[in-house]
Amino acid sequence: MTTTIYVPRDAAARSVGADEVAARIASVAEARAVDVQIVRNGSRGMFWLEPLVEVVTVQGRVAYGPALPSDVESLFDAQFLTGGAHRLFLGATERIAYLEKQERLTFARVGLIDPLRLSAYEAHGGLRGLRAALAMPPRDIVEQVVRSGLRGRGGAAFPCGIKWRTVLGAESLPKYVVCNADEGDSGTFSDRMIMEGDPFVLLEGMAIAGLAVGAEKGYIYLRSEYPDAERALVAAIAAARQGGLLGVDLLGSGRAFDVELRRGAGAYICGEETALLESLEGKRGMVRPKPPLPALEGLFGQPTAVNNVITLASVPIIFDKGAEFYAQFGMGRSQGTLPFQLAGNVKRGGLVEKAFGITLRQLLYDYGGGSASGRPIRAVQVGGPLGAFLPESRFDTPLDYEAFAAMGGMIGHGGVVVFDDTVDMAQMARYAMEFCAIESCGKCTPCRIGSTRGVEVIDHIRAGRKSEQNLTLLRDLCDTMTHGSLCAMGGLTPAPVLSALQHFPEDFGASPGRKVL
Amino acid sequence: MAKESRTGTPILLDRSPEVSASSPTVDQAIADHRHLPGALLPILHAIQDKLGFIPPDATARIARGLNLSHAEVSGVISFYHDFRSAPPGRHVVKLCRAEACQSMGSRALEASLKARLGIDFGETTRDGAITLEPVYCLGNCALSPALMIDGQLRGRVTAQWLGALVASLSGASPDEARPHASGDDATSTRKS
Repeated sequence: MTTTIYVPRDAAARSVGADEVAARIASVAEARAVDVQIVRNGSRGMFWLEPLVEVVTVQGRVAYGPALPSDVESLFDAQFLTGGAHRLFLGATERIAYLEKQERLTFARVGLIDPLRLSAYEAHGGLRGLRAALAMPPRDIVEQVVRSGLRGRGGAAFPCGIKWRTVLGAESLPKYVVCNADEGDSGTFSDRMIMEGDPFVLLEGMAIAGLAVGAEKGYIYLRSEYPDAERALVAAIAAARQGGLLGVDLLGSGRAFDVELRRGAGAYICGEETALLESLEGKRGMVRPKPPLPALEGLFGQPTAVNNVITLASVPIIFDKGAEFYAQFGMGRSQGTLPFQLAGNVKRGGLVEKAFGITLRQLLYDYGGGSASGRPIRAVQVGGPLGAFLPESRFDTPLDYEAFAAMGGMIGHGGVVVFDDTVDMAQMARYAMEFCAIESCGKCTPCRIGSTRGVEVIDHIRAGRKSEQNLTLLRDLCDTMTHGSLCAMGGLTPAPVLSALQHFPEDFGASPGRKVL
Repeated sequence: MAKESRTGTPILLDRSPEVSASSPTVDQAIADHRHLPGALLPILHAIQDKLGFIPPDATARIARGLNLSHAEVSGVISFYHDFRSAPPGRHVVKLCRAEACQSMGSRALEASLKARLGIDFGETTRDGAITLEPVYCLGNCALSPALMIDGQLRGRVTAQWLGALVASLSGASPDEARPHASGDDATSTRKS
């Protein structure tokens, strides 16, 4: 009898030895003449347990991890193929509390299946959304997305259906769907996990978007830092064309939609939608002023729906299970689920898909288990390098777009980076300005010059040179950047700086022993 | 030399770009991608995938092939962090500098690595073994600190492991230098 073993192909799992574990399992099985089939799945998103080995037993899938290549012999000795006891034994995968309490809608299949087999995708609910959408006129598709309450998951949280309505209403042809896969925020990896762990759901979402707005061509703009995702997408696009999920005849409907993959080149700013469009057109990734909206004049000047990976990957389930099903999750105007990403100095880092409304404290402690170092958590940065630093007094705020905005935060793409009490918040504020200086496209002055001046001013403050005056100058500079920048890069860089200053002023004091001039 | 193959394109330069050893690669990349709308980035990637950098004389050839100005092409090459104008070392180490990795000690790793290699970001060791580059997030933020070595992602990087990696990359021949994690030694990055 053949036993099926799952070892993730996810880049993060591979980064800690999943390939070597899979190879060792294969060689030991061969040496012992045991019949096994190794399936390389996506990651379950419990990265502290990677490489996570799962075995299909009569009791269902059971997990062992984190497994080293040197653990493999002992796993065989312990009869892991039938769920035998071993110090790495974790029990039934689905019963691991971290996973069991999640609400996985967008990530329903990630980690479950071989991500590159279209038949497995379809057997686990794939393609049902596209089939439903193919039976609907474009206006109904758009309105269903509006009713679902789905908002842009890339960070700006703009209602997806409203954007699609604008593109649908634009008269110029051709139109385009552009998937923003330039996931540059530190602390985020949900786009990567979808692209590596369930790429067909993204392609299906893009095809539905194409039907909704009247586009027959889609582009995925993928950051170059994700070579594993690139390989997965190349294979998935080929399989999708073969299987009718893409091409000139979508699932036999006679409707056409195809996708082309483009690689970015290491510019963070290209995650900003207009800079991304410039880059796709073969130019420097310089931000465009808005208006015109990309929905009306986007790629090559044509109407374009630009959506983040998670937004598009959340579309199929809205057509499979209905807008009302999706909208019942969440709170207020933040409907549905968000795949939160727990990152940095956290004990149990990984992906937690939950309905909006969960609090930071629940995420950090119930899921994350506190800091990795065991020291107190001092600050978290939510929403990437342009998100605010939050102290413990803010940990009970529900993760809801409006609630977060009300206290000066931003959920953004759902990344949560944890820092323990060894963090120097003035250093982090300086880094925020430095990052902006490195990644600014240079089009507008507040961002291009302001970020460099910001680094200098924070250096003065940290060195205790004219601290009071320089703090005033820093606030003034932040004000100029906030209100005078063309896009969120310069406009939001002050958020981490000012929040660090507001919540952790003690870190900006003059160094002891230095004379304050 | 390749003049005939560039039919149908308005010639904007008054003289042909000079021919060098890399010209066939550059011309091939242009020929393979010039039909794409917005072909410049795919062309530059194709060249760098092959050569490891964008040779200086490629600019004129690409400009000619795409009917762009020299300034437009060099402007794009210089804008994006990925494109190098000089050949890298035998191995490229990209160390993540972003927040999540900082929270797990990447600043100390960065300092010790630079000191050990005797180079700063963007530089190559004198023996030509290692080019060190910064990167701003590799999407491995739950397994920080992270780095990428010749396109291969690594997580839970420790100073000890990094030291062993540098030693193996500096000493061994290019083909043998990958840190194969076939035993415990190479997975010392695991927290126990």
